[in-house]
Amino acid sequence: MSGAVLFDTPGPRARRNTLVANAVGGVVLVGIVVLVLWKLGQEGQLEASRWTSLLTSAAWVNYFLPGLQNTVVAALYAVVLSMAFGLFFGLGRLAPYAWVRWVAGTVVEFFRAVPVLLMMIALWLGLGFAKVVPAPQIPLVAVVVALTLYNGSVIAELVRSGVHGLPKGQREAAAAIGMTHTQSLRLVELPQALIAMLPSLVSQFVIILKDSALGYIVTFNELLQLSRQFGAANGNMLQSLALCAAIFITINWLLTRFADWVATRLSHRTSGRTTPHVAPPPGAEREEQVAA
Amino acid sequence: MRNTRVTIVGLAAVAAMTLAACTSDAGTTPEETSAAGEATAVATDDASGDAAAADCSGGDGTLRIGIKFDQPGLGFQDGSTYTGFDVDVAKYVACQLGYAEDQIEFVSSPSAQRENLLQTGQVDMIFATYSITDARKEVVDFAGPYFVAGQDLLVRADDDSITGPEDLEGKNLCSVTGSTSAQKIKDNYATGVNLLEQPGYADCVTVLESGQVDAVTTDDIILAGLAATPANQGKFKVVGNPFSEENYGVGLPKGSTERCEEINAAITEMIDSGAWEEAVTANTEGTGYTPNADLNPPTPAACA
Amino acid sequence: MSLFEQIGFLFTSYDIPAAFWVNIQLSFWAAIGALVIGTVLGLMRVSPVPSLRWLGTSYVTLLRNTPLTVIMLFLVLGVWGQLKIELAPDFNTNFFLFAIVGLAIYHAAFVCEAVRSGINTVPLGQAEAARAIGLSFLPAARLVLLPQAVRGAVAPLGNVLIALIKNSTVAAAASVATETSSVMKTMIEFNGNMTVLIFMIFALGYVILVVPIGLLTTWGSRRLAVSR
Repeated sequence: MSGAVLFDTPGPRARRNTLVANAVGGVVLVGIVVLVLWKLGQEGQLEASRWTSLLTSAAWVNYFLPGLQNTVVAALYAVVLSMAFGLFFGLGRLAPYAWVRWVAGTVVEFFRAVPVLLMMIALWLGLGFAKVVPAPQIPLVAVVVALTLYNGSVIAELVRSGVHGLPKGQREAAAAIGMTHTQSLRLVELPQALIAMLPSLVSQFVIILKDSALGYIVTFNELLQLSRQFGAANGNMLQSLALCAAIFITINWLLTRFADWVATRLSHRTSGRTTPHVAPPPGAEREEQVAA
Repeated sequence: MRNTRVTIVGLAAVAAMTLAACTSDAGTTPEETSAAGEATAVATDDASGDAAAADCSGGDGTLRIGIKFDQPGLGFQDGSTYTGFDVDVAKYVACQLGYAEDQIEFVSSPSAQRENLLQTGQVDMIFATYSITDARKEVVDFAGPYFVAGQDLLVRADDDSITGPEDLEGKNLCSVTGSTSAQKIKDNYATGVNLLEQPGYADCVTVLESGQVDAVTTDDIILAGLAATPANQGKFKVVGNPFSEENYGVGLPKGSTERCEEINAAITEMIDSGAWEEAVTANTEGTGYTPNADLNPPTPAACA
Repeated sequence: MSLFEQIGFLFTSYDIPAAFWVNIQLSFWAAIGALVIGTVLGLMRVSPVPSLRWLGTSYVTLLRNTPLTVIMLFLVLGVWGQLKIELAPDFNTNFFLFAIVGLAIYHAAFVCEAVRSGINTVPLGQAEAARAIGLSFLPAARLVLLPQAVRGAVAPLGNVLIALIKNSTVAAAASVATETSSVMKTMIEFNGNMTVLIFMIFALGYVILVVPIGLLTTWGSRRLAVSR
């Protein structure tokens, strides 16, 4: 149990108190649920027709499935491109030349500090003016590129901190058998760091999936956009958005579970740590963190 | 790519001549394309006025027409079919240009991307509640107008307190993001109005229905189209007091004078045959809406 | 126009600092809200009461996996639009408050995780030692455990704050039209030829806001770190 540090093993009185608190907590919980249901019922939001229209095949074929498909496609593009971007700039930050490290560092720090939404909007409008991308593809490209710049930069930090996080002995051992800096990086450190990074990459995928919903603001037809359209067309906005949230929660929850599973499976394949960790905050040197 | 486009334009010109011939089969001699409208007006008195009944042949390849996909009553995508007034006019004009329905490829044209779509050649023409303005004329050509809309208000059917923009003082008004129509009301008619911006008109309608806003504003025919959808039938009404003039034109790439004249002829033909009237009625049924009779049906302006 | 003239034109035509001020205000109030809700949730998650633990865990699972944009739209179109719950009679204030609520409840899930991870950095031996010298629950928590837990939570909390500031732009989805992303959008729409410059102005604004916080939390968490 996670709270073990704060609490001693409970005695009979503590156990009784816990039981009472548990009952009180349960009653409060039920109370909140009842209150919400009562409010929903009062506004006529519990009418069966508002919910059953979510289950028709037309709703899924024309709205939710195409929306989900677009969301997943954008997220997959963004994941693959972010990994390339992250590997490139992450290695740049580990380069033996100071100016390469500096350039890579500036790029990475910049894109981690700028809100994804700002990048998305600027790309969306900028690509429209620049006329380099066919108009119907502009929203998708804006979403994918913005997600890539941000998440790629985060992954670049993960690569760097992954390599730095390896025990010093790995590098020393490589040097001892006569490997150069590059050889050691390529043959010893990076493979271990990448394996250690896999769970973090999966959690990064969760972040990308969530941020792809920002595409709604730049008219990208992703899940949220189509859920909103469905809700507007059928007079069940609340229900439609609830379903949209439920889909996101389910997918992200499964991915998080998968990340945990990968972490335990891989822990013996590397001397780096596999528990999902995230890059340090913009401007920071090296620090583990929890991301939002 | 460029070559084929030139060919298409050329073929269309030929098609227009053929069309002048085919629609005037009552015996009138084909005249200059610019006069074709008048010539065919007489001829179609005995024709049904239904575009589908006419012989839409002669067009080669496909015609890519930009329409709105999300505006019920004007341009709306319902699975694989397209409905609405803009779509009806587009189909009629296409037929007159020699393109049958299966030769039309409809392309989604959100307001913000219309100029871009024309300039980059991704569509051949646009029927998407596209108001003719001087600023837009700098970058694209317009045929038409084929309809004159006016800014108006949509209110709940049982709300009699709002009869014009002046009544919005202290009320809540919804419009779509990026549209200046709501700001116009705040600046010119009711400074105390609360403005809500939503990404689409359908969103505005959901909050209008729940009572959180009191009116939705945009062009009257768009409002009528929204009110006419099956889900909204009988719930809303268009106030019917338009306070601006929006001339809906057919967007064309810059330098399409010839094509423009053909389209104008087709529009005149549609109006004279009664098909235009039919299309307006069919798409706004049950909302009590009638277009501003002083300005409708319009006479297409001369092409640049 | 030269670069400086363009910058001058943009700053005189649009009130850019005011847009940032809106985001700072959003972030400030949302940060306080998130800290309060998140701390309560964090304590619930480490409490020995199963129903509270379950509630805390469910909240984190649900809110952390929902996109912030969905939460914002749900509040505006669902809670305000359909359930007709108003936070203020004036439209602008109303949506501003909804945006703060959305940001606060979303980031509370991450604050909760930060608090929990802070508590988890305290080794079990510390609690055992506290009990061994006769401290009961409250004194042990107040004198030994929480001071160490707070230090462990500084770095993750700093990250949540940075994410919160950046995410305050999503208030655009809650109809707050005066914040930076909406203002930037308007500016680009009317000055398409200066897209890159306009973006850089806003981007650098965020770099200036966010990077010092990153540096500060790193410095703070190092200084406060409990050497073990």
